[in-house]
Amino acid sequence: MRLRVDRDRCIGSSNCVVVMPDVFDQDEAEGLVQLLDDSGAGHDEDALHDVAYACPAQAIEVVEGG
Amino acid sequence: MADFRELGEVVIVGAGVAGLTAAGALRRRGYVGGLTVVGAERHAPYDRPPLSKQVLAAGWGEDRIRLRVPPELETAGATWALGEVATRLDVERRELCTDRGRTLPWDGLVIATGVRPRTLPGRAYSNVLTLRTVDDAMALRDALPGARSVVVVGAGVLGCEVAASARGLGLPVTLVDGLVTPMLRQLGPALGAHLGARHEAHGVRLRLGVGVEALEGGVRAEAVRLADGSAVEGDLFVVAIGAEPDLGWLEGSGLPLGDGVLCDDRLRVAPGVVAAGDLASWPHPLFGRRMRVEHRFNASEQATAAATNLLGGDVVHDAVPYFWSEQLGVRVQVFGDPSRAERAELVAGDLASDRFAAVLRDADDAVTACVSWNLPKAGPDLRLRVLEACAARGAVAATP
Ligand SMILES: Cc1cc2nc3c(=O)[nH]c(=O)nc-3n(C[C@H](O)[C@H](O)[C@H](O)COP(=O)(O)OP(=O)(O)OC[C@H]3O[C@@H](n4cnc5c(N)ncnc54)[C@H](O)[C@@H]3O)c2cc1C
Ligand code: SF4
Repeated sequence: MRLRVDRDRCIGSSNCVVVMPDVFDQDEAEGLVQLLDDSGAGHDEDALHDVAYACPAQAIEVVEGG
Repeated sequence: MADFRELGEVVIVGAGVAGLTAAGALRRRGYVGGLTVVGAERHAPYDRPPLSKQVLAAGWGEDRIRLRVPPELETAGATWALGEVATRLDVERRELCTDRGRTLPWDGLVIATGVRPRTLPGRAYSNVLTLRTVDDAMALRDALPGARSVVVVGAGVLGCEVAASARGLGLPVTLVDGLVTPMLRQLGPALGAHLGARHEAHGVRLRLGVGVEALEGGVRAEAVRLADGSAVEGDLFVVAIGAEPDLGWLEGSGLPLGDGVLCDDRLRVAPGVVAAGDLASWPHPLFGRRMRVEHRFNASEQATAAATNLLGGDVVHDAVPYFWSEQLGVRVQVFGDPSRAERAELVAGDLASDRFAAVLRDADDAVTACVSWNLPKAGPDLRLRVLEACAARGAVAATP
């Protein structure tokens, strides 16, 4: 399982960064999402799905396998 | 509280983002019983925020706004009844009736039917449009290129975005509202005025501070009449004066209704019944009063909490209200409850650089909301400031 983010869709809501600061960040220039750890290590699968569905811009995807 | 294993059949009414998210969350939380989603629109669930932005201004089609169907839903499945309208609810017998003459039994029910646009009094005209659905957006997109001028009635978030998108197409645009600045209830007076200046700089004509009475015309609408007797003429009219829950199908159900469906702080309405999204009114623990929030983030967060609680969970919905808007090259983010804001105070950046963050204070000088303007990176800090202000008011303790 891997995380994928789409910076073209991200609107910089900060939600993922607040919920999982060890996994997500916002870059300095535009404030858009950046992955710190695409494995989401330390978080269970439900939590990763929840953070993906909480993204108001559909910019986070949990990719099975990989 | 019933254990979820006792649920044999869950029906979700409304196939928007709240309905879809609730369906996914039910499966993710291990619900294995029957699941039916009844949705009035024929379209597969799609996202509304792009409708007034990229769909109008950048040619996005339906393929780009579709909501992702959770993988758990694809494997464990759900029955989709799209283009079908719920017409009556019997809570005692646990049955839902639809316009296709069907009666659907349920053990658990999720109410997620959203809101519909308010309209101006008077007759309907073919050149007066509203914007809520993808069909509305396509109709507006088709009508814009041929319009000689556009009058947008209502300078809330939606009206401002439509005005910006229409202006971006090179059309003469007038934005009309009874309030004195655009997005006054979302940004407060100072930042509302700042946004108004931005619209004017882009050539949007503002006609603010005088109430709107009615549309007038012959075969087609020709003008909006204002409270001072003046009129604003136009060729195409977009009415964006807010929205309200359409609760007709719940009348007689015995469920508590008011400004929306009245839930408790766990989004429960009655045993086996929860609600989520634009129509759900709940006592917000951070603000100590009932709220109904018509924003995208709230809809999915509530849906996840409501689904969890329908299965016997115990999640209080206490998310800090949040929305964003994009218009005329500005991306604005608002945390908290800006509706009572009176004063703005800069906390990062400056107006000249067009990147800043501000806190909004109410009449008691307490922070009620925070705004970032082209500065999304300020989000976590702003959200924390809202939480701290809520804690200071004594409603609850601040949690990160
Ligand atoms: C043009 C536009 C732009 C927006 N932009 C932003 C933005 O930039 N930022 C932001 O935070 N929020 C934005 N929003 C708000 C956000 O889209 C909503 O908060 C969100 O869509 C609410 O989801 P919902 O599922 O509660 O309701 P909806 O998305 O309205 O879904 C409810 C569904 O239920 C159906 N329904 C209604 N009655 C019945 C019935 N009796 N039987 C069966 N089905 C029924 C409806 O047809 C609808 O499909 C925007 C909204 C619009 C319209
Ligand atoms: S939750 Fe989504 S929109 Fe918000 S910062 Fe993360 S990726 Fe971007």
